[in-house]
Amino acid sequence: MDSAANLFSTGTLSQILVGLSRTTILFIVSSGMSLILGVLRIPNVAHGSLYMIGAFAAWSVIQLLGGGLFGFLAAMLVAPMIVAAVGFVLERGFFSYLYEREHLMLLLLTFSFALILGDLVKIVWGPEYRSVTVPAFFQGSAEIFGLPLPWYNLFLLVIGPCIAVFLWLVINRTNLGKIARAAAVDGEMVGAVGINTGWIFAFTFVLGSFLAGLGGALIAPMVNISLGMDHSLIMETFLIVIIGGLGNMWGALLGSLIFGLTQSLGILVWPQFGIAFPYLAVVAVLVVRPRGLLRSTW
Amino acid sequence: MRRSAAPLLVLLLLATFLALPQFLPRFHTYVAAIVLLTALLATSLNLAIGYTGLYQFGHAVFYGIGAYGTALTLTRSGMPAPVAFLVGPLAAAALSLAMGLICIRLSKLYFGMLQISLGSLVWAVVYRWYSFTGGDDGIHGIPLPDAIASPKGSYYFTFAVTALCVFAMYRIVRSPFGKVIQGIRDNPVRAAAIGVDVRLHQLASLVIAGFFGGVAGSLFVVVENSVFPDMMFWTFSLEVLIMCLLGGMYTFFGPLVGASVIVLLRVFASVHTQYWGLILGTTLTLVIIFLPDGVLGLFVRRSLPKEDPGA
Repeated sequence: MDSAANLFSTGTLSQILVGLSRTTILFIVSSGMSLILGVLRIPNVAHGSLYMIGAFAAWSVIQLLGGGLFGFLAAMLVAPMIVAAVGFVLERGFFSYLYEREHLMLLLLTFSFALILGDLVKIVWGPEYRSVTVPAFFQGSAEIFGLPLPWYNLFLLVIGPCIAVFLWLVINRTNLGKIARAAAVDGEMVGAVGINTGWIFAFTFVLGSFLAGLGGALIAPMVNISLGMDHSLIMETFLIVIIGGLGNMWGALLGSLIFGLTQSLGILVWPQFGIAFPYLAVVAVLVVRPRGLLRSTW
Repeated sequence: MRRSAAPLLVLLLLATFLALPQFLPRFHTYVAAIVLLTALLATSLNLAIGYTGLYQFGHAVFYGIGAYGTALTLTRSGMPAPVAFLVGPLAAAALSLAMGLICIRLSKLYFGMLQISLGSLVWAVVYRWYSFTGGDDGIHGIPLPDAIASPKGSYYFTFAVTALCVFAMYRIVRSPFGKVIQGIRDNPVRAAAIGVDVRLHQLASLVIAGFFGGVAGSLFVVVENSVFPDMMFWTFSLEVLIMCLLGGMYTFFGPLVGASVIVLLRVFASVHTQYWGLILGTTLTLVIIFLPDGVLGLFVRRSLPKEDPGA
């Protein structure tokens, strides 16, 4: 029962901070998925692959430009843009022709692209593990409440809210965002007033892909970049958008918080099956609120 | 005319499968057995997705639990083998009921997404529980009764069970219960309005589908002699879904065709290339764009334009 006592120790606090930085990644990726789900109604299984491409592309950019601060920050910008380009091709080339189909078909179509992209990553980058080191600028730790927290985690904790504010501004304060929200409610009506919904959809998909790529690029220094890193993430992202309410941006934030924190605290309580705790939290949430915590756009 | 031809076709197919091991080499007999049990798996999924209209996205989990239930009973308890072959499917049915109770309140896509995610929790637990399930190594060298331990024995056992289960499912979809679940698929509101307990029928269909998925998993133990966690990974769930789609989701025998095609494709692809995902993904994309009703669905529609293909 010493694990229960641990819950109130300093270990808990540092675990919470680690959990929060993981939450940032989850939020960035799942907000992208939520955006695509909300506006385009595509349960994009290939979202995880886009995240994986982001991580591999970040590795390549850093190989090209060196591991200094400049190379690193450039990678954080260029890798998501590469992923956004991939997203653009996917949306304009394939998905846009099938919006009228059932969700089942769309889900399977995105799954087929998850398979194809997975193998393309294998062809382009090879099956080996890749790793990225944090640039010297971010090495070392800060002291938070007397606890060491790596600078990079702190950096993530700052990035997360910035992304949230940025997305909020794009969605609520720009014309494009307003049209996208309207299209989420009634795409046909938006088309009827003379707006080219096709390009709104493309923009949304590209923005969502950018976020997936950004999540992948940001997590690159923290994990082994490997094939299959998309597989577990996509399920977590699914759960996050479900408990948050499909298509709701703040729901994605709330869901990521619940997911990241229960995961990091769960590992403290029961190391072997810590992975199960977020799922239990999800079941608990859905028993109380079957349609997610916040209002879904569906 | 086709009505009288159908039973003949089925008999011919049964006779072919019965004769196969007599002249096929050992490896191909094994492949044929995998085709059979995968066909059973796909048909059981189709019960939930094609006939009840539930987005069962995590079906491989029931397959895996069926296999693990049987394998663990055979290796860890002293129970006789027939009990083990019941434990697997029953465990799958029980899990199906539990997951169904959680997911059933959600509509369509929500249901599917939650189910596939909960399924990946089951996978994660099996994957990490080294002391009980063997973790990512799985369980190998499972002791089987002598009668079904040989390649031919396991093939005939698989064949008999598959034929029996497919026949049972055929009867189920033709029964009044089958008509009710198809009614729910086509219009749940109307079904509820005429007094059908929609949730109860959906749950029953999920449990039946889970049970037969578990049977397929038990057969996997017989054929493969081992189990591993990847057989219940979510990508495999969607692969089974692809089999249904490829063959034709609103036909009874479509999933059998789809399963055979995918399994054979996989076997031959694995000889020549390591890029199975590329092949499967491309195939699926082409099917979705050009053959949304599946191979059999297209055939049924072409040959019988007036008959309801879901019947």
